[in-house]
Amino acid sequence: MVDLSVNIGRLKLKNPVMTASGTFGPEYGELFDVNALGAVVLKTITLEARVGNPPPRIAETFSGMLNSIGLENKGLDDFIKNKLPKVKGIKAPIVVSIAGNNEREYALLAKRLSAVAKISALEINLSCPNVRHGTLAGLIAQDPDVTGRIVRAVRSSTRLPLIAKLTPNVTDISVIAASAEKAGADAVLLVNTFPAMAVDIETKKPKLGNITGGLSGPAIKPIALKMVWDVYNKVDIPIIGSGGIINYKDAIEFMLCGATAVQIGTAVFTDPRTPGCVIKDIRRYLEHAGYRRIKDIIGGLKA
Amino acid sequence: MKQVQAKILKNKEIAKGFYRMRIASSYLAGYSRPGQFVEVRCSQETDPLLRRPFGIHRVIDAGIELLYEVVGRGTDALSQKKPGETLDIIGPLGNGFDLGLATCARQRPAILVAGGNGVAPLFFLAEELKRKSIKIHVLIGGRSKGHILCEKEFKKLGAKAVITTDDGSKGLKGLVTNPLLTALSAAASRPSVIYACGPTGMLKAVSRLAYSSGVPCQVSLEEHMACGVGVCLGCPVKVKTDSRYKMVCKDGPVFDAGEIIW
Ligand SMILES: Cc1cc2nc3c(=O)[nH]c(=O)nc-3n(C[C@H](O)[C@H](O)[C@H](O)COP(=O)(O)OP(=O)(O)OC[C@H]3O[C@@H](n4cnc5c(N)ncnc54)[C@H](O)[C@@H]3O)c2cc1C
Ligand SMILES: Cc1cc2nc3c(=O)[nH]c(=O)nc-3n(C[C@H](O)[C@H](O)[C@H](O)COP(=O)(O)O)c2cc1C
Ligand code: FES
Repeated sequence: MVDLSVNIGRLKLKNPVMTASGTFGPEYGELFDVNALGAVVLKTITLEARVGNPPPRIAETFSGMLNSIGLENKGLDDFIKNKLPKVKGIKAPIVVSIAGNNEREYALLAKRLSAVAKISALEINLSCPNVRHGTLAGLIAQDPDVTGRIVRAVRSSTRLPLIAKLTPNVTDISVIAASAEKAGADAVLLVNTFPAMAVDIETKKPKLGNITGGLSGPAIKPIALKMVWDVYNKVDIPIIGSGGIINYKDAIEFMLCGATAVQIGTAVFTDPRTPGCVIKDIRRYLEHAGYRRIKDIIGGLKA
Repeated sequence: MKQVQAKILKNKEIAKGFYRMRIASSYLAGYSRPGQFVEVRCSQETDPLLRRPFGIHRVIDAGIELLYEVVGRGTDALSQKKPGETLDIIGPLGNGFDLGLATCARQRPAILVAGGNGVAPLFFLAEELKRKSIKIHVLIGGRSKGHILCEKEFKKLGAKAVITTDDGSKGLKGLVTNPLLTALSAAASRPSVIYACGPTGMLKAVSRLAYSSGVPCQVSLEEHMACGVGVCLGCPVKVKTDSRYKMVCKDGPVFDAGEIIW
């Protein structure tokens, strides 16, 4: 039997397959065996409730989709009171994704969540398009200094393993990743959705109510993969790869390029069986190739 | 809800651009209620990538029927499917119509208002209402003659049917809200409830008429969907409660008309 386990800092996963934030909820418990997963990541929460963006929030593009949800969530208190009890029964490690408007909010979220049982790690969403942070208008993870500041603030507020989720919308993602590492992140997660848009030529209107959104799905995989490769040679902490994974081949590609684990998002909408199939097929692939441990293929790209 | 791999029994064009598909699944037949929908994977490729939502049109012993209009890539791919092929379906999803609104005033008819392919889920509803011995009036509106579906089937159920077309090629010329207004003003046979499905503009007009005549009204809404189960928060509709938005897939697709901010 191949050993599929991997470590993300102190977070131990029995296999490297996780669901992605915003694409998993307890509803899926009815459709697939959630406990088979390496970990589940819940939708990003903020301190206060957020209403989210106006409809339409979803548009389909060639082998991809656009979303402009806008981090709709009911806020931290509701999460602890109503959301967490619904996922308590899940045996796979639970990762909670957080986003704030400034360092103080990130730190406060981390502190409050550290006191809550059943949470195995925090994912720091540094790539949310709707966050203000001082003078900069863009995403947190577009600035290495702000990225470092936020990660440091969270680091000093919790002992939980920390995953820094980065945006692909930058000139050199390895600089940002290095900054997150230096500030104490246990892992970097590459990447969040790509800023994008679509237009209806009949109505001459944007297809999203928010005009622009984030692109995910198979269409982004080659770009996400390169970012993992770029970062692999620059940081020592584990990388989690994400973007367009729909089968075990995609997952293995990410791992060969240096990812220790992968997250699957959009593909779960297309087929909820995807994460389970990826785990099963990775095992088969490794057995076939004569590996005893999955760790042995990480970064194994012959380049 | 379950994900099933179900065999297609029939997939036939019943009017230009409209197909009726029969799918074998005792699970879906057993658990579906009127107003609920299914998420269908129209292609095994990554394009189209997302599933497509369709109302449950009918329940038969062996499974369910869908009635769909070919409007884009997903429904086009669906129309190419042959009997004997399997279809990947998640369902039944959503809340369904509240039949209690009709049964509490049994002697008065329920009015069903359908626009275009909105007739699909209303037929399942009509069959259930008939089983409960409730009188049914159905108003079917469409662009022209070719867009009027299921008239015969409704009549076979014993429903009173009124047809309207935008161009007057069949039935009354004009909007489906015209005969609705007539029905609502006939004090003697005022309906107990209105159930409507169709384009948003039509639903808005229907709900305004319902409100001004004090008749309860339920509408089945459409919004673009990704997950269909309440996970992605991709299908919001503006409502009058604190939360501002509800999700069409999970909290709907059927809503009380008064709840919606049109
Ligand atoms: C709850 C519900 C029940 C429905 N029931 C029926 C039915 O019984 N019969 C029927 O003919 N149609 C029904 N529809 C509409 C049907 O889902 C769309 O016509 C279909 O998704 C269009 O797909 P397409 O690929 O052919 O079109 P495209 O235009 O290529 O689709 C592109 C994208 O837009 C989305 N989309 C486009 N139009 C709609 C729409 N009106 N609603 C939701 N998503 C849309 C698609 O899901 C896809 O992501 C229903 C919609 C909903 C939400
Ligand atoms: C509908 C939707 C909602 C998302 N919500 C979040 C979110 O709340 N927080 C976050 O960090 N990422 C969010 N994402 C991004 C995903 O977690 C993931 O990083 C991205 O979709 C790329 O992976 P994929 O191609 O496998 O989907 C969302 C993506 C989608 C499609
Ligand atoms: S389609 Fe995902 S929440 Fe409704």
